[in-house]
Amino acid sequence: MPVNVSMNVNGRAISEEVEDRTLLVELLRETLRLTGTHVGCDTSQCGACVVHVDGRSVKACTMLATQAHGADVVTIEGLAEGGKLHPMQEAFRDNHGLQCGFCTPGMVMSALDLVARNPDPTGPEVREWLEGNLCRCTGYHNIVKSILAGASTMRGGS
Amino acid sequence: MAESGIGASVPRTEDQRFLTGSGDYTDDTTFPHQTHAAFVRSTHPHASFTLDTTAAASAPGVVTVLTGADLAADEIGTLICGWQVTGKDGEPHKAPPHPVLAVDTVRHVGDAIAIVVAESARAARDAAEQVEVSYAPLPAVVSMRDALADGAPQIHSDAPGNLCYDWEIGDRAATDDAFARAHHVARLDLVNNRLIPNAMEPRSAIGDFNPASGDYTLRLTSQNPHIHRLVLAAFIQIAPEHKLHVIAPDVGGGFGSKIFIYQEETAVLWAAGKIGRPVKWTADRSESFVADAHGRDHESHVELALDADGRFLGLKVSTLANMGAYLSTFASCVPSYLYGTLLQGQYTTEAIYCEVKAVFTNTTPVDALRGAGRPEATYVVERIVDQAAREMGIDAAELRRRNFIPADAFPYPTKVALEYDSGNYRLALDRALEIADYGDFAARREASSARGRLRGIGLSAYIEACGIAPSQVVGSLGAGVGLWESGGIRFNPTGNVLVYTGSHSHGQGHETTFAQLVSDYLGVPFESVEVVHGDTEKTPFGMGTYGSRSLAVGGSALVKAMDKIIAKGRKIAAFTLEASEEDIEFSGGDFAVAGTDRSMNIAEVAFSAYVPHNYPLDELEPGLEETGFYDPANFTFPAGTHVCEVEVDPETGTTEIVNWVAVDDFGNVVNPMIVEGQVHGGVAHGVGQALLEGCAYDADGQLLTGSFMDYTMPRADDLPDMTVETTCTPCPHNPLGVKGCGEAGAIAAPAAVMNAITDALGTNAIDMPATPQAVWRALSE
Ligand code: FES
Ligand code: FES
Repeated sequence: MPVNVSMNVNGRAISEEVEDRTLLVELLRETLRLTGTHVGCDTSQCGACVVHVDGRSVKACTMLATQAHGADVVTIEGLAEGGKLHPMQEAFRDNHGLQCGFCTPGMVMSALDLVARNPDPTGPEVREWLEGNLCRCTGYHNIVKSILAGASTMRGGS
Repeated sequence: MAESGIGASVPRTEDQRFLTGSGDYTDDTTFPHQTHAAFVRSTHPHASFTLDTTAAASAPGVVTVLTGADLAADEIGTLICGWQVTGKDGEPHKAPPHPVLAVDTVRHVGDAIAIVVAESARAARDAAEQVEVSYAPLPAVVSMRDALADGAPQIHSDAPGNLCYDWEIGDRAATDDAFARAHHVARLDLVNNRLIPNAMEPRSAIGDFNPASGDYTLRLTSQNPHIHRLVLAAFIQIAPEHKLHVIAPDVGGGFGSKIFIYQEETAVLWAAGKIGRPVKWTADRSESFVADAHGRDHESHVELALDADGRFLGLKVSTLANMGAYLSTFASCVPSYLYGTLLQGQYTTEAIYCEVKAVFTNTTPVDALRGAGRPEATYVVERIVDQAAREMGIDAAELRRRNFIPADAFPYPTKVALEYDSGNYRLALDRALEIADYGDFAARREASSARGRLRGIGLSAYIEACGIAPSQVVGSLGAGVGLWESGGIRFNPTGNVLVYTGSHSHGQGHETTFAQLVSDYLGVPFESVEVVHGDTEKTPFGMGTYGSRSLAVGGSALVKAMDKIIAKGRKIAAFTLEASEEDIEFSGGDFAVAGTDRSMNIAEVAFSAYVPHNYPLDELEPGLEETGFYDPANFTFPAGTHVCEVEVDPETGTTEIVNWVAVDDFGNVVNPMIVEGQVHGGVAHGVGQALLEGCAYDADGQLLTGSFMDYTMPRADDLPDMTVETTCTPCPHNPLGVKGCGEAGAIAAPAAVMNAITDALGTNAIDMPATPQAVWRALSE
């Protein structure tokens, strides 16, 4: 059954007719063509699909689009401002926190939620937080390093 | 060293698009009029079947339902294995037909039976449920021993006894003789657990067909688009090669699993031709689990003969290797030429003999996975060395030192068909032990023990043969194709450069590394270099990326092309500067007349090459563009030592890796940051194998570990921070002196972890994955 969903995505108001079983990630990728949010699994395990819904990190494969009706959604495409990378994106680049890039949008979005809750996390805290994000390429070493560096910049550190 | 030159940790060019969500992965593309495919897959490990597609074909949104019978009617070929291994009996391996869609018999759970094409992915999936498959189950074999037993159910009529091949390497008589002289013999039975590759991007393909021109296009997750085109054209015969354009855009990890020519990509391309519309398929993760080629899966018995001083006299290995239900694209060479040939390890072992039986079972096909054969070899060698050290009461590091091939013994001909080109094994071991503070381990063990924990330390002095491959060698060993690589350099009139490579990046960072190489070698700004890869219409024919070969072989091809560019530039400069060619010197991007201040920058040379008014055209052609092909004289042999230290909680069986040190010799390094990242990722793969990942089938052939809920992937909190260093003995036979780094971690890590765990537990009675349950059991027995 088609239903209407309206929300703010990366600061832009959208309103779409979608099938009621449409997932948020399908709305983003297929209807809105925001393909930076990835799908890496079908069991809510990998975190490639993480976006922010009303400021909280959410697995967009695990939520119906209708559940985000009226919400503020931010995806990886919404982070850089005027072509300038967000400090967390910058930190991933500087610390080689990505290889194939497939897990990366989810990692960055997840990291930002961590830093929002815990601005000065320790290495083990970062590792624990990343429980819901899988990466097959990096061995996580440089992802952890990137998140610590990104958090430091966001705190106004060097 | 320039800031962006060879040896600099340049941040990666490709990261900008990946970090902003503007990467271009296969599934990100949607074509106008695109349809979607879903596959009907076998739910039985072995069965004959009949099909009724009537209901599905008339389901809402369905465009067509195609089966194996339709493929046969179109005379589409079967999938192939590209490497023929010859057995002990002189006979070629058995490669039974591997249909693109099963015809009357399915041989593993997940075997594709039909493709449903519909207006949306949902409609295709819904309709696939309506294809009626009537199965008549046949007896299935899951374990290799059962498959080889007398009277076992036969999976293929043309592979009697389910045997693919029975192969050997080395000198049996000399090895028997060595064992007869032994002071001590160490023995071990080892299982190298089956792994599921799980690149984070699932496989995906979009086929397209243009009825007006007859051109096919296949956009897919591939590590080697030209190999895909070649096989789809020449063997499967969907379209002639000049009518088939294959594009591998951004690819989200491969690890071997995206080398192969699979059922699904083939069916999608063919279906697009049949309906004249684009057909897209993207695997669910659940499909990846049953349809991506698995890795490893060996059972081995190994024996090491030593003299009284602990010198290795002989090594005997007998291995069963699981091929799964069909012979995948390169499956046959993995447990033979990529395995038996590495059993020399880093040691002077005097005699070696290895025999391998490759076995068909009713499971998903097994093929190359990060390291491919070489992790299995290192696992065998490094486990038995530790075992011998313990039994003889010799320190594990000391026993290795006594047996290392000395640094002055290179080139070193091995007993198993290779010639190691360079190395300094002792240097890497000693440095690794120093960083790991090996000398103080006893004190750390005591401190752990005071806290009720068991501490262990494990070494793995691994070796690999990379830079695959010297065509002549692999050809003589049965490879269907030579494995050289191509590289092209095109200067534009304004002086910027396009670099074309036949290798493919799916995370390795070629766009950065290759640009560094070209910028450094030709003296052009890093920002002016663009690397093009992954498109058969843009790049010269190339062999793709696997076996840690891209820089060693593909980079060397670029050097050959650049040498031609410099040679031509010299001619142009000589003509323009009115000097003789011999007097032109090239350095730092400038062509200068020796002993004068007259010179031209390479950008000026390029401009002149494209706007010539007065070239003597008989001697000097316009343009500045060259292609090089490089075929190495030998493999490269990266090697090193990894040290793993663990703490085991005997109450819960939980293992924590408390320290990881890697010292690797990759020869020269272009971008140390990228190289370290490759080591981290490889180690994580190997730690995953050792502690967490174990593909399991039940006795009936159903996959028990069919999702991330059941198959444990390494997560951030399973892994330690790692200390990674390199030593360097440059590769003597490629122009860059590089060896390759992509697989080292996955090769070294499993033995390091298991040696540490067996050290901690004081027992060998444990196989990978050493899960808490397995550890706890080993302790209780
Ligand atoms: S796609 Fe894997 S958790 Fe959402
Ligand atoms: S960078 Fe490839 S999966 Fe994380």
